[in-house]
Amino acid sequence: MGAAVQKSTLEARLEGLSTTGFAPAARKDALARLVAMGLPGRRDEYWRWTNPADFIAATPVPAQAFDDSDEAPVFEATDRVKLVFVDGVFDADASDDLALAGVEITRLAEAPDLNWASGLYGTLEVAGQTPVARPLAALNTAAATDGLLIRATAKAEKPINLIYIHRSEVSDPILHHVIRLEEGAELTILENGPAGARFNKVMEVDVAKGARFHHVRVQGRDHERRAATAIFARVAEEALFKSFTLTVNGVLTRNECVIDMVGDDAVAHVAGAALGDGASDAFLHDDTVFVTHGAERGESRQVFKKVLKHGAVGTFQGKILVKPGAQKTDGYQISQSLLLDDDSQFLAKPELEIYADDVKCSHGSTTGAIDETALFYLRSRGVPMEEARGLLVLSFLADAIDEIEDEGLRDDIVGRLEAWLNRHRD
Amino acid sequence: MTSDLEIREGVDRETVETVQNMGSYKYGWETEIEMEFAPKGLSEEIVRLISAKNDEPEWMLEWRLAAFRRWQEMPEPDWAMLNIPAIDYQDIYYYARPKSMETKPKSLDEVDPKLLATYEKLGIPLKEQLILAGVEGAEDLVEGERQVAVDAVFDSVSVGTTFKDKLAEAGVIFCSISEAIKEHPELVKKYLGTVVPQSDNFFATLNCAVFSDGSFVYVPPGVKCPMELSTYFRINAENTGQFERTLIVADKGAYVSYLEGCTAPKRDTAQLHAAVVEIVIEEDAEVKYSTVQNWFPGDENGKGGIYNFVTKRADCRGDRAKVMWTQVETGSAITWKYPSCILRGADTQGEFYSIAITNNWQQADTGTKMIHLGKNSKSRIVSKGISAGHAQNTYRGLVSMHPKAKNSRNYTQCDSLLIGDKCGAHTVPYIEVKNNSSRVEHEATTSKVDDDQLFYCRARGVGEEEAVALVVNGFCREVLQALPMEFAMEAQSLVAISLEGSVG
Repeated sequence: MGAAVQKSTLEARLEGLSTTGFAPAARKDALARLVAMGLPGRRDEYWRWTNPADFIAATPVPAQAFDDSDEAPVFEATDRVKLVFVDGVFDADASDDLALAGVEITRLAEAPDLNWASGLYGTLEVAGQTPVARPLAALNTAAATDGLLIRATAKAEKPINLIYIHRSEVSDPILHHVIRLEEGAELTILENGPAGARFNKVMEVDVAKGARFHHVRVQGRDHERRAATAIFARVAEEALFKSFTLTVNGVLTRNECVIDMVGDDAVAHVAGAALGDGASDAFLHDDTVFVTHGAERGESRQVFKKVLKHGAVGTFQGKILVKPGAQKTDGYQISQSLLLDDDSQFLAKPELEIYADDVKCSHGSTTGAIDETALFYLRSRGVPMEEARGLLVLSFLADAIDEIEDEGLRDDIVGRLEAWLNRHRD
Repeated sequence: MTSDLEIREGVDRETVETVQNMGSYKYGWETEIEMEFAPKGLSEEIVRLISAKNDEPEWMLEWRLAAFRRWQEMPEPDWAMLNIPAIDYQDIYYYARPKSMETKPKSLDEVDPKLLATYEKLGIPLKEQLILAGVEGAEDLVEGERQVAVDAVFDSVSVGTTFKDKLAEAGVIFCSISEAIKEHPELVKKYLGTVVPQSDNFFATLNCAVFSDGSFVYVPPGVKCPMELSTYFRINAENTGQFERTLIVADKGAYVSYLEGCTAPKRDTAQLHAAVVEIVIEEDAEVKYSTVQNWFPGDENGKGGIYNFVTKRADCRGDRAKVMWTQVETGSAITWKYPSCILRGADTQGEFYSIAITNNWQQADTGTKMIHLGKNSKSRIVSKGISAGHAQNTYRGLVSMHPKAKNSRNYTQCDSLLIGDKCGAHTVPYIEVKNNSSRVEHEATTSKVDDDQLFYCRARGVGEEEAVALVVNGFCREVLQALPMEFAMEAQSLVAISLEGSVG
């Protein structure tokens, strides 16, 4: 009975989606995977706090495009290659030239045999399905309409900025990117924009020996977006993976990040700052992170901060898994939330699973209101109330923002935060 | 045990046994006593039989049958990080009692000497043992000293309860639950199943259907229980499950401290233990519940041992009610246990202190739940997990702050220590905060035994295993300090014994 209902939900979700075109074999496998695992439900351990109904519905809840022209576009001060998708469709006219020294960029939809990525498309996603099933990512691999294949062979001369524009009220894009950094390469990927009424995105990132990958993403601004995103990363020997996400508003956001540290001395940092105001729309933000240490002397950090008000809900499900033999691992995880009023909620599950003895792993999680003593201190020195609160919020978020290495990008993000706080003062 | 060892001239069997038992499981022997079993397996007939054996009123039988029907429809939980071999619920004896207990002894001196000898051998403090044996004037002997009243449970039945008269003078009821069902039905009816409902979980529901005995405590309003109360659980018979049920009620302003100990013989086949402990704490009352769980953990190859599935929960119903759980978990092949606190009243307090040690092939998935419903409620969790050999040790916990639990506090510290590279230590905390005037803090660390500390001990001539035991005792310090004195001593030596063979 249950299976029949599930099947029809799945059929409805898949209706109108194409699983043919590029990478037919990988997509067929992904579809089989999805059918086997079924769509996510509230009874699934990793969906206990986030209702996936809007993600698995046949059609998206309509959402209006948001006009953010009152603010300078994010990353504008950074010299970058802009690649634009409008409602999930690559817009060549709005995009810069794909040529960038040290980097090959190809549109997925224009590369039926996937070139260098043929053995990679879907493989990191498959690896990331164990031990926790991620059906929305399998759905993505099976039914993605477009995306980019980005391969860095050296140090890229400037960052690549993926811009997702939303115009249609009912757009429902599914994008899949495959990024490979060859040995010693270095690349920064910037992402921003809501992309559609509903957005499903997967990014597979393969970082070879000694390569350095940076990722800075802005999800926002005051948009009704429903987004399910997943990053699957494989980090080789002495390689570095760093990802930071700023999320402001959005009805429903699920950001998954699955990192597999396969080489010795690898470094992976993943951070997030989320600001939610549930006053006009619902706000539910979910960070689900899984870091696996499979080699020696790996260093991982998870730093997640959330500021919530007016019934906003923040969720963090983070895990550090240290496999047998992954000695000298240094794993760290912190999840904190600041509840600005009494309606908001923070739900957290910070997990450790450790099978090696010579390791240093710790996690911390705290929840509470703004520190009244600190507020009093600032007020007694003549700082106005709102400004004092803003300062304390910014200082609360500082540890996450500090994970962005580039100073210019960091300042840009802080500017966005300040603007959000000014718009959401009450 | 000694059969495979040649006993040489001049060395008696006892010496050999003593040497063999040093540093290993001390309680693995079996009492040879004539037993009476209900037929193997589980059915409505068995539930009726257990009820009949206990001479229970109709309402109790109905309650059991309702639970049994629910249980048949429930799936076994599989969410714990445990690898549980399939349990054949039809291959277990659900009721086993010594033949001599057929007619309940009216006083302790009617109790079978073999049973009394069993408890003596288990090291229940001698003075209590004197009392268990009914020696004239023994109660006067211990006057003025620290007294502990004991309810001794042997397989499916309670064999005796000490100090009952003395406790009755203070108004405290302390007896077996089977006796309470007969003697104090109004109290049992009022409280049984109100903290852990019949259909709470698979193992609790099974317990509701087949529990055979256990302890009952009622401390009336304003009474500070004049002595510590204790239950000692002993599984003796083979292929027998023990399903005991404990109900403790501390009425307004009452106080009681309760100790629990458990052991079982060494056997090749695993045995099931599924207990339920319910504690009701009214306004201004306080209950301390301490456990040293030392069921047979299985041998060094993971053979045998107790599967320990326990539901323990305290309900702080009234304002300012207070509960403290302290547990030292060193035994059992599998431990599945989450002593919890429902902080319903305002200004209530819940505390959980735990040491869980797993060695060889033991598996433990244990922790607590702190459910904050009342305003200004406070909770504290200190958990120390130690893993050695091929063992897996998981802390699993929940801290929940409901919207109405304004100005509440939780602090959680869970630390894991790994000894050797074949074992695992895991932490699975759930944190749910639904108001902003409460503060929740959670910290967890995982590390190995500090080399510098070991070196320091070794440099001063302390043997390697002893040094590890010292370091581990230091690691557990905060929890050991929370234990009542008698238990703290036992726990410290248990820590060392449990880790025997884990280094080198």
